[in-house]
Amino acid sequence: MKQQIIISGNGGQGILFVTRLLAEAGLEMGLDVLTSETHGMAMRGGTVISHVKVGAFRSPLIRRGRADTGLFLSDSNVAIHGAFVKPYGRRIVNTDRTGEYEGIDAAACAAQLGSLLATNLVLLGYAVLRKALFCDEAVMRAVIKKASRPRQVDLNLRGFEKGLQL
Amino acid sequence: MGKEMKRRILMGNEAIGRGLVESGCTLVSSYPGTPASEILESVVAFAGETEAPVHIEWSVNEKVAYEVALGHSYTGKRSAVAMKQVGLNVASDPFMRSAYLGVTGGLVVVVADDPGPHSSQTEQDSRFFAQFARIPVFDPSDPAEAKGMVGRAFELSERYEIPVMLRPTTRVCHARQGVSCQTPQTLSREAHFKKDPGRWVATPQFLTDLHRRLNDKIDEIACLKEMYPVRITGDGSAAHCIVSSGVACANTYEILEDMGLLEKVDLFKVDLPYPLNRNFIGAINADYEKILVIEETSPTIEMQMANRAIKGRTSKDVPDYGELTPEVIGKVLETFLNVPGKAEEDVQEVKGVRPSLCAGCPHRAAFYGISTTFPEGIFPSDIGCYTLGMNLGGVDICHCMGACISQGAGLYHAYAADGPDYPTIVVTIGDSTFFHAGIPGLINAVFTGARFIIVILDNSTTAMTGNQPTPQVGLLADGSPGNVVYIPDLVRASGVKFLKECDPYDLESFTVLLKDAGRFCRSDEGGVAVIIAKHPCMMDREAQKDQRCYRVTVTEACTGCRVCIKRFECPALIFDEESKKVFVDQNGCVGCCVCEAVCPVGAIAVQKTGGEE
Repeated sequence: MKQQIIISGNGGQGILFVTRLLAEAGLEMGLDVLTSETHGMAMRGGTVISHVKVGAFRSPLIRRGRADTGLFLSDSNVAIHGAFVKPYGRRIVNTDRTGEYEGIDAAACAAQLGSLLATNLVLLGYAVLRKALFCDEAVMRAVIKKASRPRQVDLNLRGFEKGLQL
Repeated sequence: MGKEMKRRILMGNEAIGRGLVESGCTLVSSYPGTPASEILESVVAFAGETEAPVHIEWSVNEKVAYEVALGHSYTGKRSAVAMKQVGLNVASDPFMRSAYLGVTGGLVVVVADDPGPHSSQTEQDSRFFAQFARIPVFDPSDPAEAKGMVGRAFELSERYEIPVMLRPTTRVCHARQGVSCQTPQTLSREAHFKKDPGRWVATPQFLTDLHRRLNDKIDEIACLKEMYPVRITGDGSAAHCIVSSGVACANTYEILEDMGLLEKVDLFKVDLPYPLNRNFIGAINADYEKILVIEETSPTIEMQMANRAIKGRTSKDVPDYGELTPEVIGKVLETFLNVPGKAEEDVQEVKGVRPSLCAGCPHRAAFYGISTTFPEGIFPSDIGCYTLGMNLGGVDICHCMGACISQGAGLYHAYAADGPDYPTIVVTIGDSTFFHAGIPGLINAVFTGARFIIVILDNSTTAMTGNQPTPQVGLLADGSPGNVVYIPDLVRASGVKFLKECDPYDLESFTVLLKDAGRFCRSDEGGVAVIIAKHPCMMDREAQKDQRCYRVTVTEACTGCRVCIKRFECPALIFDEESKKVFVDQNGCVGCCVCEAVCPVGAIAVQKTGGEE
């Protein structure tokens, strides 16, 4: 099993948390995991990208055009980081428009759940549903329970389940 | 080493922190700075979790942090200090001399470099600095390796009584990986400082001998078999050889794998770039005709190889600036190995969204007040979130920690020499930066008769790096109470005669104070005026609960002039392309209502909803 995933969005959209969940899911499945994240200045609402590599890799960075899957927290990020995903790779996008990708209005779903903070989890659930990720829903559910802050567990799980049901 | 526990996903900085705790290190000091900030925080977490007795501190700056760790090691106990690369510039004074005098207990100096740079003011290579000081340096390529190198660094440090540097880069610091953890070593060492004035006082008469002994140590380390770089690809008979270290080596390996050339190219991985193994240098230069060196960010390995035929940064076969991303290394390898690339199209770089101060950030209010009060002013600023004030026209200069105050003085002396009609100079500095390096500049400015305004942006935290406490907050790294040191006391003690405090949310009062301060500067008895703009950081959720809260909306009166967007740049104020009007993103707005004063036609309406006035 080898998979390379990028997660793209803006600082504050929960990119780091999704990165952590994917890393923990890999560990749970006994796979090697390497991720790379953006911290510091870029976190103040600027554009942010995370790399997740599952399987036998040595570098935390994904080369442009090599990612199997891209999760985009907003559609404007497809233009910025879309080139990381390989030509027939999967692009899972939070959007209220249609485009040359697998789009879903994750923000609207999260708003229905009462908090836009769950947008990242809705998108993650949708990516699992579409089989665009190395892990299945049971593994991810367990990881969300383990990695979430106590106060956030419920919202995170509801967000994830919402994504699975779309 | 203790018994093995299970594998955990750790960030590079956490792996380093874990390594420090496992090594029986009893003091870790640091000053926060991306990409190194999480090292100390993870030492707090792991020392707590394993009940390891470690003194952990956020020191006021890196020089202080270094000296605290150095003093600890003189007693025979293990210590470590962590900082970002420019922090080493601040700590360079004790760093350089510590190579000569050495240490007793192991001292590991973790310096995180930032090729790119992603969040720094230079791309400097700390391995180069280590070579300058004659201090050995490890260069990890991933978190698990970084953790292992902490232990190796302590052993080397104690064997040769010399500080040892661990130099991760951003891509190691902020990578996550499954890392195996052990129970921490307990060294049970009692503090014992052995007096030896010839060494610990080391007046010039002792130094040539100490220098000679330092050179002997480095000569010995350069011949250690265990530091001989390992060949990780090829069979040793290839015509081409690549020498690499750190993340650049990991990227090189993967690209060779991608090209199907793992068997055909000899790739050597260097763990200790300085001192580079002498036998290795001889063997490689003799055995290979074509040698490529790939390293970040300076040609540290390359220059020690002393072979002018080498392809690398000196020959510019490897770009001599910027991060060595997989894309960059891919092109370098294609040229060196003469393999045509997979027609990798040059992707047009699309610019992302630039970072911006948070909605409700008190700095935004302060910058707006400063730039509107003194439209002709000059605004030096400093390192922190508030550097983003450049987006608002509130920051004209940003150099290095604490520089704004001294630069402000330099600007003043230049203009004042030309006549009394000098521009008002307003410098902005954060509370943590003021403690770090602002105080000497302030004393100097007062003492030398400079006249300008200093606005200390006091948000009671070190925000940019993840909200570490400052001495005025009075909390230690582990959250326990320390002794509070007040900024106003320091300002007064520095001889400042004009000191006022104000919440910048109250733009009207803040503006009045700025004008008063400007008049004071130019008055007969004038000098440096200090205003403390005090309001908690928006990242502090608890503090936000106590603040006033309004429902902010934009009325029909909005003319779409975008003054609020350009001059105020609050992320919650959004221009709607269709209606050509501004609206408030209620999910982003924190209800501070400072923007009310910004709209030239009064189209921003506010309605009180909660919190204290």
